[in-house]
Amino acid sequence: MNNVFVYCEVTEERLIADVSLELVSKGRKLADELGVKLEAIVCGDQIKDIESILYPFGVDIINYAKDSRLFPYQTLPHFSIVTKLFQEKKPEIALFGATSVGRDLAPRIASFLRTGLTADCTTLEIGNHTENKTGKEYKNLLYQIRPAFGGNIIATIINPDCRPQMATVREGVMKKETLSGNHKGVINFLKVEDYTKNDDFCLKIIERHIEEQKINIKGAQIIVCGGYGMGSKEGFKLVHELADVIQGEVGGTRAASDAGMTEHERQIGQTGVTVRPKLYIACGVSGAVQHRVGMQDSSKIISINTDPNAPINKIADYTIIGDVLEVLPKMIKYYKSNTK
Amino acid sequence: MSFKIIVLAKQVPDTRNVGKDAMKEDGTVNRAALPAIFNPEDLNALEMALHIKDNIKDATITIITMGPSRAAEIVRESMYRGADGGVVVSDRKVAGSDTLATSYTISQAVKKLGKFDLVIAGRQAIDGDTAQVGPQTAEKLECPQITYAEEVIKVDEKKIQIKRRLENGVEVVESKYPCLITVHGSAKECRARNAKFLMKFKKAKSNSELQELGQDYSALWNEKPYLKIDEWSAADIMAEDGRLGLTGSPTKVKKIENVVLTQKESKILTPKDEDINDLMKELISSHILG
Repeated sequence: MNNVFVYCEVTEERLIADVSLELVSKGRKLADELGVKLEAIVCGDQIKDIESILYPFGVDIINYAKDSRLFPYQTLPHFSIVTKLFQEKKPEIALFGATSVGRDLAPRIASFLRTGLTADCTTLEIGNHTENKTGKEYKNLLYQIRPAFGGNIIATIINPDCRPQMATVREGVMKKETLSGNHKGVINFLKVEDYTKNDDFCLKIIERHIEEQKINIKGAQIIVCGGYGMGSKEGFKLVHELADVIQGEVGGTRAASDAGMTEHERQIGQTGVTVRPKLYIACGVSGAVQHRVGMQDSSKIISINTDPNAPINKIADYTIIGDVLEVLPKMIKYYKSNTK
Repeated sequence: MSFKIIVLAKQVPDTRNVGKDAMKEDGTVNRAALPAIFNPEDLNALEMALHIKDNIKDATITIITMGPSRAAEIVRESMYRGADGGVVVSDRKVAGSDTLATSYTISQAVKKLGKFDLVIAGRQAIDGDTAQVGPQTAEKLECPQITYAEEVIKVDEKKIQIKRRLENGVEVVESKYPCLITVHGSAKECRARNAKFLMKFKKAKSNSELQELGQDYSALWNEKPYLKIDEWSAADIMAEDGRLGLTGSPTKVKKIENVVLTQKESKILTPKDEDINDLMKELISSHILG
């Protein structure tokens, strides 16, 4: 069986992006289960500590296309390099971050190689499959697991016949875990001119403004999340007020951000951010599976909801059955008068 | 020579305005309770196309939509806002398509329309959120792609400058034609229907729609060919059957599980002052808060 590959993104600071290190951590486990090697692909230039960062995560081979024209990211040159490398090495599995880079690049590659790609997976596992009609057996497929459209449903997607089996995963979904400081691999420099055409550089980048993210809920220890049940942008202010008082961050559900109550950057869930805070206060959040996969590992969950049957209550440590607009001011008041 | 813009649009169930009856008792979506709408980011894409049309002489906009025959509504709605025409790709063979099979089908339809300058699509559809069909279609058309477009900075007959909205910033890129653009929801909202276009295209129909209504348009179409919304089958777009629908989709659904939530040991509280105060007190004394 062939190897597991992870496409590694490069940040503005010329470091390997967190989402890629998370995927490399997961990739190591998948490779171990399959008994194969883990390979990384990096396209860029002047990337800091590429070997000393990637090897401890269990990377066996770094395929490095080093060229100043490869940073910042552009679709076509990265596409040409990765597809040509995949044609040579025929990966079993290829993972990409579900970021503005990965979501731009991975589909184009999958299309060229005529293989399947599953977006925004929340779990990746190895498993077997028997085709119902033909009885044909497949061993060690990649189960690409994600919530599906339509309520409380989790779908397991497989790609039995085409390779690589490709998936994208959002930042924060997989855990970043080093394997061993002693793990060593090898670096394989790719000759960029052999992997790209001049035409690949046809797009001109006129200007770029990349900023530190202003909203950072990923690392927050306390999150107050508002759902559609906050009723309005006005009502949503209470979520901010409580978060300010207890020094937490504000999150929102898809429904709340689609309704314009809060910014999309605050969206928690499958197509937003995955969080694992110490305390998660869900205010007027029903708790669709798409939302739960992004917050269910929180240490303590409080749900405030008028509906006693809201799915979120089932995973909550405390459920307050009541109107958020009434409950939140009481929490704020108590906290203010009982802490310094 | 005219400047040819193709807009890819999809009719989707409205998953955003989920009311109380949107979910059935078994936890699945009650599709009947969700109206079919114009995919929101495809409307942003249409606006970008209309903006370009406003700035380039002799530009035309053609809509391609794939779906059941009622998706002709999407073409008509686009015409009311300024598109010149459109086509519905509809065939039982395309049912069950994953993004690879979908992009193949759409790219075949684009190819049937002939040489183009720009293909513009929404970044993603709200019923799948994959954002894969745009880049996959660009690959099949062998043209560059600009994803996450937010604004047209400059445009003329030779090249276009686009501002892209990334997770943590913006980037302005320039491309020649042909090129495929996917448009982010932060782009300008689509303009409203135009009364003149509404009058002109009100009677635009597809063949299946006419069949359903039991009407005959042959005379009218002869006189006013712009009232015909074309419908193309898989054969019309010269598609290979093996690359369509379920057969052409490498991804398969192995299993679908209803998530059964096992009740955690959850304390149920009332909104009364004493309950809330006790909870806050406990959170503070256990140093979760403060």
